Amino acid sequence: MMISQSNIIEAQSLKKSYSGKIAVDGINLAVARGSCFGLLGPNGAGKTTTIEMMENIIASDSGQIFYKGKSRNKNFNQEIGIQFQHTELLAYLTVKETLETFASFYNRHLPVKQIIDLCMLDSIKNSLNNKISGGQRQRLLLGLALLNDPQLLFLDEPTTGLDPQARKHIWKIIKDMNKHGKTIILTTHYMEEAQDLCDTIAIMDSGRIVEQGSPEALMDQHCKDNKSSRNLEYVFLKLTGKSLRE
Amino acid sequence: MNFKRMWALFVARNYEFIRDRAGFGWNILFPFLIVAGFGVIFSSDSRQEFKLGVFPVKPSLMVIQELKIPEKLKGYDYIKIVAFETRYDAMDKLLHHKIDILLENSDKKLSYWVSDSSPKGYILEKVLKESIISEKIFASKIIKQQINGEQIRYIDWLFPGILGMNIMFSSLFGVGYVIVRYRRSGVLKRLKATPVTAFEYLTAQLVSRVLILLATSFIVWFGCDLLFSFNMHGSYFDAFVVFLAGSICLVCLGLVVACRGTSEELTNGFINFICWPMMFLSEVWFSLEGASPWVQSVAKILPLTHFLSAVRKIINDGAALSDVSIEISILCVMSFIFLTIGSLLFSWTK
Repeated sequence: MMISQSNIIEAQSLKKSYSGKIAVDGINLAVARGSCFGLLGPNGAGKTTTIEMMENIIASDSGQIFYKGKSRNKNFNQEIGIQFQHTELLAYLTVKETLETFASFYNRHLPVKQIIDLCMLDSIKNSLNNKISGGQRQRLLLGLALLNDPQLLFLDEPTTGLDPQARKHIWKIIKDMNKHGKTIILTTHYMEEAQDLCDTIAIMDSGRIVEQGSPEALMDQHCKDNKSSRNLEYVFLKLTGKSLRE
Repeated sequence: MNFKRMWALFVARNYEFIRDRAGFGWNILFPFLIVAGFGVIFSSDSRQEFKLGVFPVKPSLMVIQELKIPEKLKGYDYIKIVAFETRYDAMDKLLHHKIDILLENSDKKLSYWVSDSSPKGYILEKVLKESIISEKIFASKIIKQQINGEQIRYIDWLFPGILGMNIMFSSLFGVGYVIVRYRRSGVLKRLKATPVTAFEYLTAQLVSRVLILLATSFIVWFGCDLLFSFNMHGSYFDAFVVFLAGSICLVCLGLVVACRGTSEELTNGFINFICWPMMFLSEVWFSLEGASPWVQSVAKILPLTHFLSAVRKIINDGAALSDVSIEISILCVMSFIFLTIGSLLFSWTK
């Protein structure tokens, strides 16, 4: 299969099972450089498994992943940033110390002060990680993901559990990063977030990609019969069904 | 291998240890509790190893010299005489091994009770019979000889064992348990997303914990020495080298325990499964001299056995490093094996 140089990362025939249960079933994905790519799907669709295989956090059962047209090498972790869905930090380090510790892991990184300002962490920079709120923690996790000025940024549900103000702030940071040429791959349950931020959206269900395209193109294609419901949520429910997921 | 990353992880781990007030407090308090425990164990009263019950005697009114038991028994070291008001109370204590032998306080022929399943009771029964025989009879039959060389007090022999046990528990729980907790909470997963390698992470944990162990051991040593004035026959530098080798080896064993898994309960059970045999077979509390050969063979595969053997040779016998080179070599080889296994099997994620 041809590997396009215009894509920063590309997954081919990716498969993953847990105890015989298929989580990801032969996915093909290509993310263009400088784009913001959204991965949507109901709970258990395989979004996090897919993104963690691309991040090199978990190994795939089969399939291949190419970064800048080649297999990922040891520099991959120097060039990417990751914000996980569920993760804790060292409880007894301050916010600033956490950023400084993580900054020292990279060959080159942005000044910690710049990250503190960008993620609005100045008022809590001397607070211990176990004393900050959920929203502040999300901003710190995003700050950690941005520390090495990554070319490719993975964000797994970056705004889940945040109030509208905090969410808008994180959207602004993501848009700014994208404007500066960074490629972003994000998963989210918020349709307005995906519609607002993403150039391309892939909708997953039962370990497969059921539809892929720009938000506009998906709405054009799936909302023809119901113009009054022209939004991404309608597309999502049409493609994945209305039954409750675990 | 990147020293900057290792240093950052080392500093972060030390901050975690020092700022976790509950954990830090316990780590500082625990050695002092050991010292205090020593104080109680080796106070004159608690050195009485055997308990002899007497009834009927009011405990608050007991005067040992007025008891109607053999005179020699009243003056023996290591035997504590305990009074009971009724035979019923005394018998209950005897059945539950709270006392080792029971005597009736009466003018009649001396009656006694002893449990057939009590080793101490068995010995006390012999002592009781001996106590009614005159010393003159022994003098004509047996002769006590002097021991050549300096006698080692039991506390001097026991002290290295207590220090080793403290290091073993701190190594396994302080490293094994903590890493499993980090894995479960996702801290390790976050680190995996950075350029940090497993070797760098594990080395930083190892160095941080060894430093803490040596500092803690120094506090215990200093505290105990103030209270009991230990006899140190070897060089402090040699003892430091052996403590360093032993701590590294036990921390590396902790890394093996921590290499997989996310269940803190399972890890707790597994660590106990490792610690308890080491505590009993590595001669922490008592010697294995005379134990069956297979027990002694099992003891030889435990790192604590070689650690304590080397420490005791230096502290008790004044051995030099060259005299304990075999033990140090075994500890180094074991450390290398444990670290290799721990690194190879190490998993960042669940």
